[in-house]
Amino acid sequence: MAQSTQLAGSQNPLSKGMSAAEMTFAVVAAAMAFLSVYITAKTTSGPFAFHASLFALASVATVVAVFNRNMNSGGATIPQEIDGKPNYNYGPVKFGTIAALFWGIAGFTVGLVIALQLAFPALNFDLPWISFGRLRPLHTSAVIFAFGGNVLIASSFYVVQRTCRVRLAGDIAPWFVMLGYNFFIVIAGTGYLLGITQSKEYAEPEWYADLFLTAIWVTYFLVFLATVIKRKEPHIYVANWFYIAFIVTIAVLHIGNNAAVPVSLTSPKSYIVWSGVQDAMMQWWYGHNAVGFFLTAGFLAIMYYFVPKRAERPVYSYRLSIIHFWALIFLYMWAGPHHLHYTALPDWAQTLGMAFSIVLWMPSWGGMINGLMTLSGAWDKLRTDPVLRMLVVSIAFYGMSTFEGPLMSIKVVNSLSHYTDWTIGHVHSGALGWVGYVSFGAIYCLVPWLWNKPQLYSLRLVNWHFWVSTIGIVLYISAMWVAGILQGLMWRAYTTLGFLEYSFVETVEAMHPFYVIRALGGLLFLAGAVIMCWNVYRTIVTPAAETRQVPSGALAPAH
Amino acid sequence: MTPAHQEDIDAHTGTATTGHEWDGIRELNTPLPKWWLYILYGTIVWAIGYIVVYPAIPLVSSFTPGLSGWSSRAAVTQDLADLTQQRAPMVDALAKASLQEIGKDDRLRGFALAQGRAAFGDNCAPCHGAGGGGAVSFPNLNDDDWLWGGKVDDIHQTIAYGVRSAHEKTRSSAMPAFGQTGILKPAEVDQVADHVRSLSGLPTDKTYDKAAGAKIFEENCSACHGAGGKGNLEFGAPDLTDQIWLFGSSKASIAEGVHRGRGSMMPAWSGRLDDTTIKALAVYVHALGGGK
Repeated sequence: MAQSTQLAGSQNPLSKGMSAAEMTFAVVAAAMAFLSVYITAKTTSGPFAFHASLFALASVATVVAVFNRNMNSGGATIPQEIDGKPNYNYGPVKFGTIAALFWGIAGFTVGLVIALQLAFPALNFDLPWISFGRLRPLHTSAVIFAFGGNVLIASSFYVVQRTCRVRLAGDIAPWFVMLGYNFFIVIAGTGYLLGITQSKEYAEPEWYADLFLTAIWVTYFLVFLATVIKRKEPHIYVANWFYIAFIVTIAVLHIGNNAAVPVSLTSPKSYIVWSGVQDAMMQWWYGHNAVGFFLTAGFLAIMYYFVPKRAERPVYSYRLSIIHFWALIFLYMWAGPHHLHYTALPDWAQTLGMAFSIVLWMPSWGGMINGLMTLSGAWDKLRTDPVLRMLVVSIAFYGMSTFEGPLMSIKVVNSLSHYTDWTIGHVHSGALGWVGYVSFGAIYCLVPWLWNKPQLYSLRLVNWHFWVSTIGIVLYISAMWVAGILQGLMWRAYTTLGFLEYSFVETVEAMHPFYVIRALGGLLFLAGAVIMCWNVYRTIVTPAAETRQVPSGALAPAH
Repeated sequence: MTPAHQEDIDAHTGTATTGHEWDGIRELNTPLPKWWLYILYGTIVWAIGYIVVYPAIPLVSSFTPGLSGWSSRAAVTQDLADLTQQRAPMVDALAKASLQEIGKDDRLRGFALAQGRAAFGDNCAPCHGAGGGGAVSFPNLNDDDWLWGGKVDDIHQTIAYGVRSAHEKTRSSAMPAFGQTGILKPAEVDQVADHVRSLSGLPTDKTYDKAAGAKIFEENCSACHGAGGKGNLEFGAPDLTDQIWLFGSSKASIAEGVHRGRGSMMPAWSGRLDDTTIKALAVYVHALGGGK
């Protein structure tokens, strides 16, 4: 029946006219195109004119795409089910998966470049565009928001459909979210290189990029929520609670921290409404919850779907998942002040930040327990399935960094660790070990599922990816631990006569060997990701019938 | 799907599931691990205790100070007071002694060197290098070649008031921009640059005319740098015969100096560092190797 509708439609292209959604997107995009052209013409800022012209092009492309779509479908609606099975919408998921790989390689590469710049400052080449100050936000945004964000959006669109047994809500909206989000990343990244920044860590993009992201994020939330609401399952699966918490909270954080007044419509510059220590507090309320809800809650959602799925074992404890979910999202919100220990932030706020951080330890470990114990009865699969191994090691890293976090929030520990490379080591044990590995594991699962292949091109390559990047992570974080603790101890060392033992320059000099080791670790992590890209590419292009014939030794997927 | 009222037991663990299944995923109804729960309770109890002891709860215009009465501001003040007290006897002695007396008293000198070393690392090293080795336009403090004098009193004066600084007692002089102001023509700048190289035995270009170069030097440079180019501490005019170069020994660099003039600056530390620290720095720099 669905096919006959489409057939009838194609004979008479515009018989049904445009749908309300098509109309809305076309009109808004057309208005955006006019506004962007106006700004391009009026602004005195070259980089802003460049961005506005990109917006104009993207808006025109949107209008064209919407009309094309209407022409091709003839206004026919896409069936929600085919032969009684949900007609899952995998297009945006596929796009996000590939985009994640692309941005991952870009972000890891820039990370390697700035690691080398720290070890060998001459690599700045005295060029403003590639100076450390501009590349550093490019690295952090590329890995967190571009790589991590695409993994989150793509996986959430997959998981919510499968665990609700319905097609994703909306047809244009999911594509708007996917493409719009990646367009935002292009605007943010090129902005950093051209010198556009509002100088808030992890929230560097200026007002116009922030507004655009807000529109995308609200659409994302509506798509996700509408899909959950029309679900065919009686209950909402735990992964979806985590995805919802992640989406809602990121919206709140983004709007709160980026509240700013632009100089004018044609200026890229804006002023944040918060000032002084309130601004610092807002910044770290945002910054810490970006870790808590973007890098933790979102990726826990991934864990809750992909680990039981890959291991083919039930989730260890439903009760634990409820308790640790609510404890986690309640407690994370208050922990931000631990980033501002021994600063102008009032003592009472520092005390509360530390207290909530300590209590956060067990709720974080609830996720680790639930993930690891799900392997109960399937531990033997770790020997033969490197994808499952990657997922499990990610949970181990999650456990390690969520122990280290509360530890570092204790004021006496923080007085040693703060401002040192220990913080960098901590972040990367979470970012490379937890976020990176759980993402890689999910991508390795998703690619054969999305492209209808019986299995990956080569599990042996996954094994190589695993070991090469594991050595990279270990080199990275151990170098940073040693560097950070050494730095902290050197800063506070006094001679018996009561004078500082080391000057700052001497402590910088002492970091050099560790910076070199760190760069080597980063190189290995990047190499692992390149191996993954090749494997994914071969998986997609190899015809399904041939995939099974690629020998993988003793390795076999867990299911 | 299994009906909710019928228990679905997982064979491996023997634990009941919740009875739901999502895309093939089931959930066990395992109770919370005891150790997990007890540690969670433990951290909550600890957090409440910590909040009671330390400043924690915001009120309308203040906050609960906590039983300990601790404040970070009071703590850092106390730490600084302790440090001052620890150093006090020696600092007082240092303040009273003259630079010469410090040099003769081993204990005072040892303390001054320790204080000077710490102060040097944080204030002087960015320009002069961690070991005082200098860099282009920043003098090496280890050699015995001094622009403004290498006696401990000279060094003290330079540190306290700076060179071409904003301080009224600053050491000051300026090497004119002979080329830019038209005093010397480009060909003359070229000749005198070669002549300056010849003073320290460096090779000269074929175009160098010794008599012409010497004459230009005599008329323009010798007033400050001396007839033989030996320099003059009074004007901070460098010795041009010793193969120690502040801006480099290449002909291009020397010619650039003659053309545009030279005159790098050093800030006055009086007012930024206390008197005892400046004294200690003078003793330390004097002891670096080149002190006279």
